[in-house]
Formats: sequence, structure tokens, C-alpha cells
Amino acid sequence: MAKTAQPSAWDRLQIVREKTRPTATDYIPMIFDRHYELHGDRCFGDDHAIWGGIAKIDEMPVTVIAQVKGHNLEENKRSNFSMPHPEGYRKALRLMKQAEKFHRPVICFIDTPGAFCGVGAEERGQGEAIARNLMELMQLRTPIVSIVLGEGGSGGALALGVCDELAMLSNAVYSVISPRGFASILWKDPSREKEAANLMKITAPDLVEMKIAEAIIAEPAGGAHMNPPLMASNIAEYLRSTLLKLNKLPIDILLQKRYDKFRLIGEYTE
Amino acid sequence: MIQELFQQVKSRVAMPIISAADKKVNVPTDLLWRCPRCGNVVMMDDYEKNHKVCASCSYHSRLSAFERLALTADPDSFVELDPDMKSVNPLEFRNYPKKLEQLQRSTGLRDAILTGECTIKGHPCVIGIMDSRFLMASMGSVVGEKIARAFEHAAKLRLPVILFTASGGARMQEGIISLMQMAKTAGAVSRHNAEGLLYITVLTDPTTGGVTASFASLGDIIIAEPKVLVGFAGRRVIEGTIKEKLPDDFQTAEFLLEHGFVDMIVSRHQLRRTLGHILKMHIEKPAGEVGENG
Repeated sequence: MAKTAQPSAWDRLQIVREKTRPTATDYIPMIFDRHYELHGDRCFGDDHAIWGGIAKIDEMPVTVIAQVKGHNLEENKRSNFSMPHPEGYRKALRLMKQAEKFHRPVICFIDTPGAFCGVGAEERGQGEAIARNLMELMQLRTPIVSIVLGEGGSGGALALGVCDELAMLSNAVYSVISPRGFASILWKDPSREKEAANLMKITAPDLVEMKIAEAIIAEPAGGAHMNPPLMASNIAEYLRSTLLKLNKLPIDILLQKRYDKFRLIGEYTE
Repeated sequence: MIQELFQQVKSRVAMPIISAADKKVNVPTDLLWRCPRCGNVVMMDDYEKNHKVCASCSYHSRLSAFERLALTADPDSFVELDPDMKSVNPLEFRNYPKKLEQLQRSTGLRDAILTGECTIKGHPCVIGIMDSRFLMASMGSVVGEKIARAFEHAAKLRLPVILFTASGGARMQEGIISLMQMAKTAGAVSRHNAEGLLYITVLTDPTTGGVTASFASLGDIIIAEPKVLVGFAGRRVIEGTIKEKLPDDFQTAEFLLEHGFVDMIVSRHQLRRTLGHILKMHIEKPAGEVGENG
């Protein structure tokens, strides 16, 4: 391949926003031998922005939690443009506790612009639902691997991102707020989103450098949508080797490492 | 139609609109205080004697961390933790260091939170107080680190933690690092919790965003001051999404109480006493002993 500069954060954002980019429900049948979706939070309802279920990879049972994007308006309406409500996070937590009970590793696929902002979401405690997940995941006694497929947006992404290892597809981005939101809040000018994207350090290499992500999963040339089966096989290969590695660690050591990973993130002087 | 009428009346009762003409009346800011909620004007002395609570509508105005400490802790009992910790500029965001310096001068704080050990009505605890004057008490590395250390310190000494929360959310200027402070603080809460120790949250005006979505929502007991704003998403963001105006009581302490996310609303005048009582009810007793509470 000819020598080309690394694509900028803005270029990558265009790739992950490509309408034909595969979503978690496209990958799940390609990655896992068998899968069953499990519905509902047992409190309020079933949030279609989050897919939860059990599956098998190389004869190993796992729990899969995934934020789902639609490929068209109808699918996006159903999955609320991948913006979960509190019941989505509570379904995720229910299934993760189930994974802990049956000693299954948890695999989270992150792909959301953020948790939904709306009246129902506030009434049912969006903040509490995310906070509870962060706290419970930090103590969950089974391995957790999270993979950012496209966009990891804010607390809505982090609620599935407290994990032993975070991987990013090579064009995926992960940020505290969308570049548009960043430009709008800090510069009062949303049209400067491109400049914001390139400033915010949101790409996979940025996150590995900051020790927030541990791994980058290579996308096919041009992006994941150019060859979804190849992308799925790269993800599966990553999962196999990572789960093998994490399953070998005694659970108390795994939890200490998980705590330390987040405990050490921060830049300050004293 | 009739519903619309009721809504208008309700909005006038809950938050009367101050007319432009009223605003023109010059209020000498050093002598008089005007409530931003109801427009009531009182003598500054009386307002301060009333712990900065509006005597007319009971809006609990924002306090600095030092004012809050003076109202809460026993005199001379406070020993600060990590007094010298300061933010750096991980995104090399223009003007961020300058802004921090200005705020450090004007507030007397290094960042948006004060943490330390103190006693309340004689009961020792670790206390953290967020100060909205400092970049709307947004959570960056310093806030996250000081809270994590406060919980670890409390766990080591087997002390309860009381946090007075206020925040506009994550500190945008620090990018994804600020988002990760949510996981860090929630993790520190979980470890303190696993030790069987008490954590009380006091929600003050305003508590929103990433702070609501992490440690602020995780207290064993969650107290809110009357009328304060507490929520995850900003009101304007939601109004933009649903394309209609939200009711005035949306995301207030009273709204949260009704929906089951707050244990109690306590007025500022009763807060120190209430905290003292709750701390006393949670004093650790030797194993097997069942003692009298309160």
C-alpha cells in the first residue's frame, strides 16, 4: 500500500457514520456459533437500543450486550438511533449479573451517540441507571471485554465500558461528548465540529496512547462496511485470544487490575 | 384549552416571571438580595442570616464550599485532604490554564471540590464539597482523583463519607479523561461500600450530567435541598429533542422524590442536625451487639 498519512479523527468519523456500516446484530451471527436473545429489565420494559443474550464462541458460553444501530429509518426508530433508556442499562445489568452467576465472560459492543435525553429517561432515572452499572461492573466477578464498534458517546457508552480490556475497531471513536456538542458548548459554534473532532483525541490510537483502550482491531481497507465477514472474523479472533488470556487470571487479581486501570486515568499535578 | 390554562397558572405559582419593568429597579447588590426564582427582595443581612435561603419561595441558593463547610462541620474540626492538587491541560485547549488560574484566584480553591476530614455534631466523617463557582463544578481529573482518594481514605479509617454534589457534568476541556472519572469515582464508591461503610449524598443546586450518572446517584442515603435542579440531560437539550416546553418542576428535588430517586428533602436549617442524627445511627458497633439507635 502506498504511504498515506493516518486518517484524521474527522475522516474516521465519516467512516463510522457510513449508513452501510455493520451494526452489532450483523456481527453477532457471524462471530458466534449460536445465540439467543434475552429480553427485558424485569422492571419496566424491553429497550430495543440494547441487544442482550447468550451465545457460544469456540464452545465457550458468553453473555453478549450490544448497542444496536439501524440501517434505515424503520430500524432506527425501533432501536431509537442506538440511544438507550434506563431500562436498557438495567437489562444489561440484569444479564451481566446472570453472567456472573453462571461464570460466563461478558462481551459488550459499544455503538451509541449517547444515552437518550428525554422526559421518560429522566423520570426513570437515566443518571442512576448509568451510575449503578459503573459501580456494579467494577465489582462483577467475571471477565468483561468491551469493543467500540463505531461511536462511543459519553456516559451512555461508558455504562457498557467498565471492563478488563477495551478494544476499538480501527476507525471507531470514543469521546466525552460529540464533536458538535463540544464546539457548541466551548465555542458557542457547532459548525466548528471538524476542528473539535481533530482536537479532542477521540481515535483508537489516541485512546491506546492514553491507556484507556488496550487493543485496536483492524478494519478492512476503506472501513468495516467494505467487508463485514472479514471484520467479523477479525473481531472473533481478538475475542478468542483475549478471553483465553483473561480466563486464566484468578478473579481477585482480575478485579484489582480492572480497578487499577480506571483508578490510574487522570492528569494532574500536586 | 382548560389544561393549557392550568399549566399557565401552575407555572406562575411555581416560578413567577419577573417582568422587564421589575428588573429595571436598581438593587444595590451589597445591601439587598433579589431571589432569582421569585424576584423577592430582602436585606442582604437577613438573607445571609437565613443561610442564603429565600424566605419567600424557599429557593436554596448556591453556597461556596467554604460557606457550606462552615454551616456543616463542627468549628475547627476540618483537616483538608490533597490541598495542592491542580489540573493540567491534556487536550492543550486554548485558554484553559488561564481560566483555571483566574478561578483559583477568585474562589480560593485549586479546583471544583474541597475534600477533608471533619466532625459533624461530634461524629467523624470524610466530607467533600463541590463548588459551582469553579467552571460549574465540572468533573475533570482533579475532581475525580480527589473523590477517589476521599473514599479510599475513608475506607482505610472506616469512616462514613458525605458528599455535597453540584456539577454541570464532565469537564469538556479535559476530553475523554473527564469521562473516565465517572468510572473511577463509581469504583471508589463500590470499594467503600463493600467495606460496609456509610455514604450520604447531599444533592445541591445544580447536580447534572456525568456527576448525576456516577457518584451522586450512589449514596446509601440520598438527601436533596429543596427546589434544587437535579438531572442527567440538560433541560434545553430535552426541549430540543421533544420540541415542547417542559413543566417548571421538571428535574427538581421534588420531582426526583416523587419518582423514587431521592430519600428525603431537607432544608438547609435542618441539614446539620439531620446529618448528625444519621451519622449517629450508623456508628459501628462491635460484632454481635445490637444497640439502641439514634
